[in-house]
Amino acid sequence: MAARDLHGPEAPWGEDFEIIGKPRRKVDGLSKATGEAVYTDDIVLPGMLHAKTLRSPHAHANIRSIDTSKAEALPGVHAVITGKDLPIPYGVIPWTPDEHALALDKVRFIGDEVAAVAAIDEDTANAALDLIEVEYEVLHAFLDPREALERPAPQIHESQKENNVSKHVALEFGSVDAGFAEADLVLEGDFSFHGSTHGAIEPHCSVARYSADGLLTVWSSTQITHYVHRALSRVLELEPNHIRVVQPCLGGAFGGKSDPFSLEFCVAKLSMITGRPVKMLWTREEVFYAHRGRHPMQMTYRTGATKDGRITAVDAKILIDGGSYSSFGLVTTYYSGQLLTGPYDFPNYRFDSTRVFTNKPPCGPKRGHGSVQPRFAFEVQLDEVATQLGIDPIELRRKNFIQGGDETVNGQRITSYGFGECLEVVERASGWKERYGKLERGRGLGVAGSMYISGTNYPVYPNEMPQAGIQLKVDRSGLVLAFTGGNDIGQGSNSVVAYLVAEELGLTLDQVRVVAADTDLCPVDLGAYSSRVTFMVGNATIDACRKLRPLIVDAVASEWEIDPKRVRLIGGKVIDLEDPERVMESRDAFQLAEAKYDTLGSTGAYNTPTLGGDYRGGTIGASPAYSFTAHVVEAQVDEETGRISVPKVWCAHDCGRALNPTSVAGQIEGSCYMGIAEALMESHHVNRFGLHSGPSLLDYRMPTTLDTPDIEAYIVESIDPEGPYGAKEAGEGPLHSSIPALANAIYDAVGVRLHELPFTPAKVLAALREQRAEQAAAEERRQA
Amino acid sequence: MRATTLNVNGDDLDVAAPAHWTLLEVLRYRLGLTGSKQGCDKGDCGACTVLMDGKPVLACLVLAARAGGARIQTIEGLRPAHHAAGGNGADPVQDAFDRCGALQCGFCQPGMMLSARALLNDNPSAGLPEIQEALSGNLCRCTGYTQILQAVQTALAETTGGEAPVPCWANQKDDD
Ligand code: FES
Ligand code: FES
Repeated sequence: MAARDLHGPEAPWGEDFEIIGKPRRKVDGLSKATGEAVYTDDIVLPGMLHAKTLRSPHAHANIRSIDTSKAEALPGVHAVITGKDLPIPYGVIPWTPDEHALALDKVRFIGDEVAAVAAIDEDTANAALDLIEVEYEVLHAFLDPREALERPAPQIHESQKENNVSKHVALEFGSVDAGFAEADLVLEGDFSFHGSTHGAIEPHCSVARYSADGLLTVWSSTQITHYVHRALSRVLELEPNHIRVVQPCLGGAFGGKSDPFSLEFCVAKLSMITGRPVKMLWTREEVFYAHRGRHPMQMTYRTGATKDGRITAVDAKILIDGGSYSSFGLVTTYYSGQLLTGPYDFPNYRFDSTRVFTNKPPCGPKRGHGSVQPRFAFEVQLDEVATQLGIDPIELRRKNFIQGGDETVNGQRITSYGFGECLEVVERASGWKERYGKLERGRGLGVAGSMYISGTNYPVYPNEMPQAGIQLKVDRSGLVLAFTGGNDIGQGSNSVVAYLVAEELGLTLDQVRVVAADTDLCPVDLGAYSSRVTFMVGNATIDACRKLRPLIVDAVASEWEIDPKRVRLIGGKVIDLEDPERVMESRDAFQLAEAKYDTLGSTGAYNTPTLGGDYRGGTIGASPAYSFTAHVVEAQVDEETGRISVPKVWCAHDCGRALNPTSVAGQIEGSCYMGIAEALMESHHVNRFGLHSGPSLLDYRMPTTLDTPDIEAYIVESIDPEGPYGAKEAGEGPLHSSIPALANAIYDAVGVRLHELPFTPAKVLAALREQRAEQAAAEERRQA
Repeated sequence: MRATTLNVNGDDLDVAAPAHWTLLEVLRYRLGLTGSKQGCDKGDCGACTVLMDGKPVLACLVLAARAGGARIQTIEGLRPAHHAAGGNGADPVQDAFDRCGALQCGFCQPGMMLSARALLNDNPSAGLPEIQEALSGNLCRCTGYTQILQAVQTALAETTGGEAPVPCWANQKDDD
């Protein structure tokens, strides 16, 4: 069976699923609950050294000289490295390799890595950092993206063609000007989205061991083992087959562990130099500098609509603050435009997005990569259209929803659509019809919708090989071991693999174990990003099972001398569908099959079909399936203090078939929490020197149990024809519409439109003051 | 270096560690009890929460040298204590967290579950506001807290014979 074959969404045996679709424990839940699970910093190797990083105190500076001699002389220090020890640049996107493990000749933000020390313990390593002497030539620091766009020198990256532009994408589909000409109403508005960061509770950590036989093993808190593997090979100039990368249990990521990071190269190099294992654990402060979080965006949107509420054209101009390095920036720039073209039909659409470098911690992919910001702006503008036309905001969204069989204006193929049902669910659950526009002043409801990818067919580096691979080993003991390169980052992807294997091979869950994210043991998988894992790894798993299943069925059928159609694998047993007396343990079936076909195993793979529009960048954001979300948020605005609270969030998410509804609900709830958090409380911000204004969890103000709204998660299942049993993504989509739904709820509560995130009390009070002034002026006009 | 005797999960253990080391460092890097997690090392996240004489404390803010004499319980101690009391499997709090889906990445959860365990011991009739209060020092970035609160309510209900909450998505099918 080839990688692109479809398996269909049906249950593998008859009508019903045995495992899929019911609330389940995760395969690794109890090991996490008891403290048994091993995370990277839990690894201690004999003779292990501890490493620390020296970071730049300047936002933009040339390095004139570095003197490490005093640090090297400190007792207990085993090695000191600087940029010249790791001179080869890298970047997660192969076209933009602009990072160095340690700065080569220049630093680009406060916190940029300059040198690393390995010593007998962290205290000694920290003391050695103080002894490293660096002479800097301080340069003008760009902190404002507009200045970075316009001012030519000094360039942050000298290789850029135009000032500090990191990436520019301009695309038009249909004729936007003609679309506006048709419109009865055209609205234009400026919107601003601030930066926010992932805040995974586990700080980044890596451990390396360079063995005498030339094998480098790196255990790292990464969400993409394969890209770390490739980057290590490139920078260290080692054959990839001499490198093993392992992701231990991971303490959260949300996109913040997708890039290869400085510490991975540094521990590897330090281990190669010293001949000892080396660990580096970043402090929380360092995690804030590493960042790769949500890009701040300044956006101008224009939307045209007919009197009856049909969108005729959308036009966007976006300035993206990328921070100091490219990271995934090429993709971010495309995503800022490409992912907005659903769930509504845009007959004409244009976007012009420019990502610029600034001297701030580098931005990257955070949950809802590149598309949360435009979604905020557009869904608020759509609400304004509804208000101006006097159409109910849910009705307006319904009216413009792309129904089945369509392609979006930019050529994205949509195969399953649950958006209509999502709208219905939140409308009903929130009591929308009875309550919207009717609550007392200060309290309001807002709605918004969104669409998101389930993986993308753009594999970061172009190649024809599968995006997901899986291997099964069938043991005489009755155990099936699944080896997957997929990264379980807490979302439960290892559990998904186990559920699918158990369903396909008729096993109980304790007969399946999963080995994941180890480049020596597991086939390549492109990792946990772009919400690709359930869809792609799931399909690869089914593929592997379907190659194995006939062997087991056939061996049993020969033993029983019956037609293979009568053989069913179920619940750890094999039964004869026509003779209920005839039953065998799956272990015995495995042994029969092994005797007949030799040692049993199989591989499975998945690759996307050819997707996307036929234009440059058309494959970026082209996904085999799209998820849909609708939110209703209830807001309470205190007009005295400007404080906004969110008593309730209703979210309905179309994830295709919910393989484990407990996990899907967890993803929806976590997404809603994170969206409301960044809208109201969190801000990743640097001061006028480029210094992070509060690199701690306390200052960053992540919500506690007391700050988090009551979240009602609803699951909508539009069974996708190509997903594994019809499943799509659930991890990122449900964040998007939470933020504009909150903005729209604030409007319903007090009649002000907030276009600038985060919604701080100061902004609320200013908007209310403006509202009062306008009302007074209108009153005066009327009297005059 | 400073020698201390710590009572951890019922055992008296002699440890020698630098005088400035915290209880968290000693638990993780001297005793190998890596179930207690470090998310910030400065008292902000709660991942390092352990019980000292039954009360939740942040192990990253307690000097190891000051912890002698107290009964310290870490996440690794919950299951053995449950067994010693005649149970089997995991502690009911751990089990409820697992069943309710509260364990995503799991990194916050040892601290979270010890805060929950302390609440269960002290106030088995706690309502939602008390649970939220008791867990408010433990940050979780994955769950949005919903399934955590459901897990604690479930564990409480199972201890007292009350009703466990049913999440709205589980009710959904019946409505439609
Ligand atoms: S590690 Fe102790 S509170 Fe964060
Ligand atoms: S489960 Fe990941 S931080 Fe709580």
